Amino acid sequence: MQTTVEQPTAAKPVAREEFVAPNVNIFETAEGYVLQAELPGVAKDGLEITLEGQELTIVGRRNAESVNGAPLFRERNPANYRRAFELDPAIDTAKVSAKIDQGVLTLTLPKSEQVKPRKIQVN
Amino acid sequence: MKILRWQRPQLSAWSGVSDLSALRNEIDLLFGAPLGEFARRAGFLSDATPALDVYEDKDAFVVKAELPGMKKEDIQVSVHDGSLSLSGERKVEGNSADSEVLRSEHFFGRFERTLALPAAVNAEKISAQYLDGVLTVTLPKAEEAKPKQINVQVN
Repeated sequence: MQTTVEQPTAAKPVAREEFVAPNVNIFETAEGYVLQAELPGVAKDGLEITLEGQELTIVGRRNAESVNGAPLFRERNPANYRRAFELDPAIDTAKVSAKIDQGVLTLTLPKSEQVKPRKIQVN
Repeated sequence: MKILRWQRPQLSAWSGVSDLSALRNEIDLLFGAPLGEFARRAGFLSDATPALDVYEDKDAFVVKAELPGMKKEDIQVSVHDGSLSLSGERKVEGNSADSEVLRSEHFFGRFERTLALPAAVNAEKISAQYLDGVLTVTLPKAEEAKPKQINVQVN
């Protein structure tokens, strides 16, 4: 079941800036979701994570790299990263946490207490 | 000294594959296709090689490779016979037995990338730094490969 759905990036045009969508892994457990996005070249300061209603947007801006010399060849896309996700309404948006380590952003999105599976005692 | 015509390293020949691969990724993004997962696992058009930038100035070559989410110990950099090799292994993590995978776009496994260096380098002075998922290898040129100003005396 696909509970986390991408919004087409065209839905929210950003003035002239070009972005590349980072690769993500998403896992679901009984406790919540874990989203990992690959953002090589982005440090903590370059991250902008916004929650608007049920829409989560990740923007990652690359560190300014000072390289001397002429490029012999370039394969890396110099564009910044942007990707948006529509969250499962079961997620407790107040408890979303984020960390970044060696270019991998890990977002922990816990489900709210009401929707977690629990046992009901019968008297 | 041999005088060879300088050639651009031939890695750019793969751009056709990476374009196709990018197209496939776009299609996967649109449809969330489980086929994308299959194709990735089968190694079909997979972009398992990290993207590289190479710069040259008069003293050194600088290679930058995108290797997100690796451990420093899992990256190997070696120089042999005028070629630079970057290799390593990215281990699967963050996925426990009781979790369901909804999306899997990261590359895991072994990779190796070798490129021919256009000039001799000083192997003793090569340095590498891994920061924010980007590996930067600085390869100082050997003295004989640096451009020299030759004063010609005219009598």
